[in-house]
Amino acid sequence: MIGKMHHDMGGQPAGKVQITEHDYAEWERRIDAMVQLLRLAGLFTVDELRKNIEQLPPDAYDRLTYYEKWISSLTQTMIQRGLITTAELGRKMQEVEKRCSRSS
Amino acid sequence: MQPQFVTRYAAALSPEFRTGEKVRVRKTAPLGHIRTPFYIRGHVGEIERLCGAFPNPEELAQMRDGLPAVPLYRVRFRQKDVWPDYRGPDADVVEIEIFQHWLEKA
Amino acid sequence: MSEDKGRYQPLSYYQLMEISLRELLVEKGVVTDEAVNAEVQAMRSRTPERGAQVVAKAWADPAYKERLLKNGTAACEEIGLEIPALKLVAVENTPQVHNVIVCTLCSCYPRVLLGIPPDWYKSRNYRSRMVREPRTVLEEFGVRVAENVAIRVHDSTADMRYLVLPMRPKGTEGWDEAKLATLVTRDSMIGVALPKV
Repeated sequence: MIGKMHHDMGGQPAGKVQITEHDYAEWERRIDAMVQLLRLAGLFTVDELRKNIEQLPPDAYDRLTYYEKWISSLTQTMIQRGLITTAELGRKMQEVEKRCSRSS
Repeated sequence: MQPQFVTRYAAALSPEFRTGEKVRVRKTAPLGHIRTPFYIRGHVGEIERLCGAFPNPEELAQMRDGLPAVPLYRVRFRQKDVWPDYRGPDADVVEIEIFQHWLEKA
Repeated sequence: MSEDKGRYQPLSYYQLMEISLRELLVEKGVVTDEAVNAEVQAMRSRTPERGAQVVAKAWADPAYKERLLKNGTAACEEIGLEIPALKLVAVENTPQVHNVIVCTLCSCYPRVLLGIPPDWYKSRNYRSRMVREPRTVLEEFGVRVAENVAIRVHDSTADMRYLVLPMRPKGTEGWDEAKLATLVTRDSMIGVALPKV
């Protein structure tokens, strides 16, 4: 369908609803908490968060879990808003990865 | 028509449509962040209520303030009008919040 | 990562991102770890019991019910529920009408009243099919709606958030609000279940 965005799925054919839920992990809850705090502080709007989720490539949109999409979008939003830079994030991710692989 | 929620943007409110009025959702597919679902575009429904005036989410998504606030309505559509293969009573409806700039008189 | 003794799980890319973003924001003074943890706790306290309180009061008090239907936000504030920025529309189930809520575009939901939405509410299959074949999907949830009852599907596309006010079950005459509230499940306030005694 020309012009229909991937996330805009009302009425699309789909399978039976898997009526499952999982107890959210702490890291997932922290993502939710950060979204609420940063939003309430006026540092971004939920509309920006949604837009960045919607702009994920279709296969990423389908494969990523809910909070994986949220952290991806929140981080993009923070970069767009200038609260962090890509370079800072890259350095920090390297640092954290090194630190976490040392502790086992 | 009284809005259900009086927001701080009430001054922007001069709604074009009244409760019960028949409206058509614009059939167009522009780019950007849009809160009018694709499945309802081009369809005719009736105004169920005026929710109030809210900043335009299409603009908020682009880090702009979305003002002046836009009247937001709940619009009721008969399922049989929306889906050609709908199997259910005529009284089944879907109700959707739609911003005024996506609506035209039917 | 090669020495996985079964207790240490390597971080996923997204877990790495969560830690990294949070640490950066803390370093820059944008948030604190204390605030994040406090918010996690606050979110844990926002459970469906809050929504159930509203429904139980509407069942017990017809005048409150009318106020709730007229302005859901004001009705919640009236009973002391803290509901920041919520624009609540309560929709009433009757013998002629059954309501059900979906957000086809993402997963909008009255979180301050019902908590974090369940996985199925956010799933492709629910979001795609509930607007188009509500009767079939409701049957998958074990709810059969008779042909002489209209279904209203509410697609939560903008600033409103929705709460289904289920019908009060028979056999609850004389029950107080606290007891009535125990019958009101999260799923009945979404519209995919019916309260039962």
